[in-house]
Amino acid sequence: MSQKKEASLLRLVVVLTCIALVAGMALTGVYALTKDRIEAAQKAKKEMALNLVLPDFKGTLKDTTITPDGEDDPVLAHIALNDDGSLFGLAVETFTKKAFDGRFDLMVGFDADGSIINTEVIDASETPGLGDKINKDKSNFAKQFNGQDPATYKLSVKKDGGDVDAITAATISSRAYCDAVQRAYNVYQKVKEGNNE
Amino acid sequence: MSKWNILTKGFFKENPSLILVLGTCPTLAVTTSVNNAIGMGAATTFVLLMSNILISLLKNVIPDKVRIPCFIVIIATFVSMVDLLIQGFVPALSASLGVFIPLIVVNCIVLGRAEAFASKNGVWDSILDGLGMGIGFTISLILIATVREVLGAGAFMGHQFIPADYNILIFVLAPGAFIVYGFIMALVRHILNKVEAKRKAKCAVAK
Repeated sequence: MSQKKEASLLRLVVVLTCIALVAGMALTGVYALTKDRIEAAQKAKKEMALNLVLPDFKGTLKDTTITPDGEDDPVLAHIALNDDGSLFGLAVETFTKKAFDGRFDLMVGFDADGSIINTEVIDASETPGLGDKINKDKSNFAKQFNGQDPATYKLSVKKDGGDVDAITAATISSRAYCDAVQRAYNVYQKVKEGNNE
Repeated sequence: MSKWNILTKGFFKENPSLILVLGTCPTLAVTTSVNNAIGMGAATTFVLLMSNILISLLKNVIPDKVRIPCFIVIIATFVSMVDLLIQGFVPALSASLGVFIPLIVVNCIVLGRAEAFASKNGVWDSILDGLGMGIGFTISLILIATVREVLGAGAFMGHQFIPADYNILIFVLAPGAFIVYGFIMALVRHILNKVEAKRKAKCAVAK
């Protein structure tokens, strides 16, 4: 390559532009090819999470967005109503920004009394082997929330004076998980207030 | 160098992570489990193979002055493709490898082979080189991941056989990665030196 003549400026620009152009087109193609599948995979995951956090629920879901006090980002909540119109529970698509990797998304299900039915990770990219133990197939960490009522169960890790056993070597992820569940509970309380009014 | 040598030199003699010490970041980061190691190895091998092919085809078109930006664009395109394909077709793997797939772009093994081999050799040789280096990278990831997963999590490929109470947690953590990496590197070098010494001794006898 070094024996070649010095290439002109025009040639440098043309070659680099052409390569970038072809690369862009190839990426567009792959994106179009995989877009539906990625969306379907995410939707399936969300529906599965809904089934997991509100098991045995047969009624209708009413979607609402709620912005917790003192925050900017709205949270999507699915109000689960029984066929007779009474409240079955609530599924909240909550999130945290205190995660090790910035942000992760959770789905939290509450029953009509405000106890947590189940929690499920929707989208997280915590460190493999450490923070990813928030997933139920990796450790029992997330299971300790099930059946707890946040009115009496303090949602922070034991190190911070709460009731939650943190994951060893992943305190930040554990704290973030508590933060997300707490945000979900705040949304639950707001929905409950709205229903009573 | 024979074709066979071009392919196999990446396995041990010029193993990218154990001998050339390239691509250390993914080597240390994803080797917490054998499944992650295999997924990462396969993704890197694919990117290495495709970028080697394309760069060796374009080596006479790309002017010397802009070769690095051209290589990076080509590599980044293949990495983004792999990322999208994994998200679409194997969402479970994308969940466990997380940010490390997009980070293949800055894996110096890929750029290193493009610069050192594919930009100077023909397509066939570059294919063999890319495959060999990719397989070598995968072998070293699997070696490290096996030790770390067995000692740290008491499992192999996700199948637990030692109860969690008897696991040595440090091997799953970052320091354990460095320890295992160092020992395996030393072991492989020791074996290679022995093999080399034996070969030399044989040559001397033949003379």
